[in-house]
Amino acid sequence: MASETAAIVVRPSRPAPWRDPRLRGIALQVVFVAVIAAIIGFLAYNTTVNLRRQNIATGFGFLDREAAFGIGESLIAYSPADTYARAFLVGLANTLYVSAIGIVLATILGTVMGLARLSRNWLVAKLAAIYVETFRNIPLALQLLFWWALLREVAPGPRQAWQPLPGVFVSNRGILLPVPHQDPAYLWMAVAFAIAFGIAYAVFRWARRRQAETGRQFPAGWVGLALALGLPLIVFVAHGMPLEMEWPVLRGFNFAGGTAFSPEFGALLIGLVVYTGTFIAEIVRAGILAVSWGQSEAAMALGLRPGQRMRLVVLPQALRVIIPPMTSEYLSLTKNSSLAVIIGYPDLVSIANTTMNQTGQAVEGIAMIMAVYLVISLLISLFMNLYNRSVALVER
Amino acid sequence: MSNAAEAMPGKAPVQSGARAMIEMQAVHKWYGEFHVLKDINLIVGRGEKVVVCGPSGSGKSTMIRCINRLEEHQQGRIIVSGIELTSDLKHIEAIRREVGMVFQQFNLFPHLTVLENLTLAPIWVRKLPKKEAEETARYYLERVRIPEQADKYPGQLSGGQQQRVAIARSLCMKPEIMLFDEPTSALDPEMIKEVLDVMIELAQEGMTMVCVTHEMGFARTVGDMMVFMDRGEIVERAPPAEFFANPKSERTRLFLSQILAH
Amino acid sequence: MTEIAHELPLPMQRPPATSTGILGWLRANLFNSVFNTVLSLIAVYFLAVTIPPLIRWAFIDAVWDAANGQACRGPGGQEVGACWAFIGEKLRFILFGRFPYTEQWRPLLVVVLFIALVLASCDRRMWGRRLLLLWPAGLVLIGILMWGGVFGLRYVGTEYWSGLPLTLILAIIGMVYAFPFAILLALGRRSQLPAVRMVSVAYIELVRGVPLITVLFMASVMLPLFLPAGVTIDKLLRAQVAFILFAAAYLSEVIRGGLQAIPKGQIEAADALGLGYWRRTRLIVLPQALTMVIPPLVNNFIGAFKNTSLVLIIGLFDLLNTANAALTDPNWQGFAAEAYIFTAAIYFCFCFFMSRYSQMLERTFDRGHRR
Repeated sequence: MASETAAIVVRPSRPAPWRDPRLRGIALQVVFVAVIAAIIGFLAYNTTVNLRRQNIATGFGFLDREAAFGIGESLIAYSPADTYARAFLVGLANTLYVSAIGIVLATILGTVMGLARLSRNWLVAKLAAIYVETFRNIPLALQLLFWWALLREVAPGPRQAWQPLPGVFVSNRGILLPVPHQDPAYLWMAVAFAIAFGIAYAVFRWARRRQAETGRQFPAGWVGLALALGLPLIVFVAHGMPLEMEWPVLRGFNFAGGTAFSPEFGALLIGLVVYTGTFIAEIVRAGILAVSWGQSEAAMALGLRPGQRMRLVVLPQALRVIIPPMTSEYLSLTKNSSLAVIIGYPDLVSIANTTMNQTGQAVEGIAMIMAVYLVISLLISLFMNLYNRSVALVER
Repeated sequence: MSNAAEAMPGKAPVQSGARAMIEMQAVHKWYGEFHVLKDINLIVGRGEKVVVCGPSGSGKSTMIRCINRLEEHQQGRIIVSGIELTSDLKHIEAIRREVGMVFQQFNLFPHLTVLENLTLAPIWVRKLPKKEAEETARYYLERVRIPEQADKYPGQLSGGQQQRVAIARSLCMKPEIMLFDEPTSALDPEMIKEVLDVMIELAQEGMTMVCVTHEMGFARTVGDMMVFMDRGEIVERAPPAEFFANPKSERTRLFLSQILAH
Repeated sequence: MTEIAHELPLPMQRPPATSTGILGWLRANLFNSVFNTVLSLIAVYFLAVTIPPLIRWAFIDAVWDAANGQACRGPGGQEVGACWAFIGEKLRFILFGRFPYTEQWRPLLVVVLFIALVLASCDRRMWGRRLLLLWPAGLVLIGILMWGGVFGLRYVGTEYWSGLPLTLILAIIGMVYAFPFAILLALGRRSQLPAVRMVSVAYIELVRGVPLITVLFMASVMLPLFLPAGVTIDKLLRAQVAFILFAAAYLSEVIRGGLQAIPKGQIEAADALGLGYWRRTRLIVLPQALTMVIPPLVNNFIGAFKNTSLVLIIGLFDLLNTANAALTDPNWQGFAAEAYIFTAAIYFCFCFFMSRYSQMLERTFDRGHRR
């Protein structure tokens, strides 16, 4: 009996192949991949057959053909005689433009509202809560249509345009803002601003070093702000204060001069900012609440002032919680900008849609949209991961 | 003491008798409608060690948190090292600079190293040069017997080590008064001693201390005065020997029998 | 030396008047510092500027009863107040759209059924086998009511389904079918087998990387291309498939969160009991993982519900699109604000209820996880 047991233990047992977990795993994967490949093959085969039947040439050759449709607003020069490729580029530029502005404004609005919700001021906290709960629970598409209708239908004609601020006109033709006349002074002011920025950075470094050495603090932030505002202002005065603005003026039935946002752009931007702002507000609030009250108490007990408490103790910890979900909000804002197609703002998807309708190149069109969004997604998450790592490094 | 009481109310800072570091006069506090502190009168002299005990919810934490304005009192006066606590931010800041506090939950800053935890307030509040602040920090780390942990993060330390860092962090501000809010309650038994040893040493050097704790051995060793609180009021105060041997109040006796039973 | 204050507890006193009452409350909550006072004044100014005209528009000057759009307007053809008469006129169209007018009690019943099913599922005592019986029964009933063709009900094709029932169908059926698919994807992403893992990751990241609109376009434009010649599927089904495919990717990430939160000991214990992969997953892992992620699942459902409004792009008449269509009536021109506010109110009721429910669940679960 004993020798038998020993024999069993000693013999290098190889299980039957169907009971070997490793082989089973490999077999399973082969079958799995084969099934997926078969499905993809089946779909691809059907697609080629269908395309041939409809006489649609596959490939990206159509991009060189003339687009022959107009685009309402464009950041780069475009005419219907341009190619589809250029039309795509216009759409891409518009998507990036509205997303970039939207991200900046939504972050500002969201942060303000998130902090307001935490305010000890009952009225302010309640107003922020109402904002968040209302706009978070209404579909973005509906909000876009609402703002669009408000700008297009409810807003009066150019002759009776609303004037919320002097020189700013809201009418059913869009939002008009005054812009300053072209003048070399503005270029020099920009240069001055950049120089001020550099000096402010140097002052900041110097203040840090001096504080480390002597303990004396220097209001580097205020000095930097004064520089950033003051230097351009000096240049402005030195150039004789070219205050000439180009005001929007009513000419006949429409406005001339100034710069205009179309109702579509206005509605899309307002909608994206107001909608995404609610989510960012919640993220900011949650991030600050995640820092326990004990941390603030310890900082208070050490005699740190409220501003220092926020800057040195609460914010560094809250940011760690805030940044990852913030990234996905930025991503979803960019993706949501594709809802532009509903109100006819010529973003990437809207232009691709027109192209697909005209050429029938649905596969290529959708592949291009997907590729663009995937690249944008990857870039934003890459950037945010880098930033996140730098924040994390400070901690550990 | 009497000068302070007769001084014009609201006019601060008030110079009280040289010996009194903390004076609480008829202090009341409410949370909403709930009366948490009832008519608290307490004087702590320079170098005196006061140990506050009492059942949970008796208001002892609330009381010492009033001393550095982590909680606001609504009635009565609190004068700390000659400065009256009013809603004036200047007074609050001045008092917080002079009063160190150690919390039950340590409340170290997890995003800063031990050394940075210790130098944060000296640099930003006392406006010391970084090098000097670091020297002070290392000195106090030595004093609480963990000089080797300076570059670690709080999360990497044991509870007892964290609490000793927290004590060192308060000491770096060179406070005149130290408040301890149940400093050993969140610790495992084997770590309590290492924290108490540090506190005893501190007491022997003459620091003014107000300590909320149930460590009766500690109270006997260093306490000058025991204060027993129940339901928001001070029921009894006595030197430790008398307090433990011969408690006068029925409520005190009941409490002592409960905590000394095991 | 010993001082005894008093043997009996001091009586409770009422706080001083400055800290209670309306004045105390105002002081503590609105005017406790200069900064807060300024903030309060700004907020009050904002309310004073916005609220009275809004109330004037929505209630005081509103027209509740009118024969047509002209009658809703003031003398100059200008709209003075909200024209709620327009909503009254179009109510049934906005809610049920192109469903045959005389049969509209059927979609109404469907909406009631859906709400009842969802409410029943919200009750924690119902979680378990009972729901698994309730849902299929409810869905069959809903199918019968919508399609008809049996029990003497008139047949109604999906091209006539519209309004609120369509929105609910897209959202709820979409989630119900996306759920099992999402579980498979989540398991696939955590699989030991590299091929399975890679395919799952590729699918999830691809779908999450693109906007829903592209998936909808793909379903409406490319799905017909994918299928063999002669096979057609109707528009609603295409949109529904797109929804399921899209929602599954997002759901699977939520479920993965739950899978990752399961302590390793649970899996080791199951292995020690000799359960195989599937039994371990079904009996030990999934029940725990899914319970943990119910609050984020509800949030996910809110997102899906709001997303259904995108089907108007491919020409389906959901709640938002019926409201849009109502606006094209030449007799009632220019009441977009009213239509959208009304529709928004419906969406808001559903979403707000669900988000409150998820917050409540989160709180109860939190309590459960604490010692």
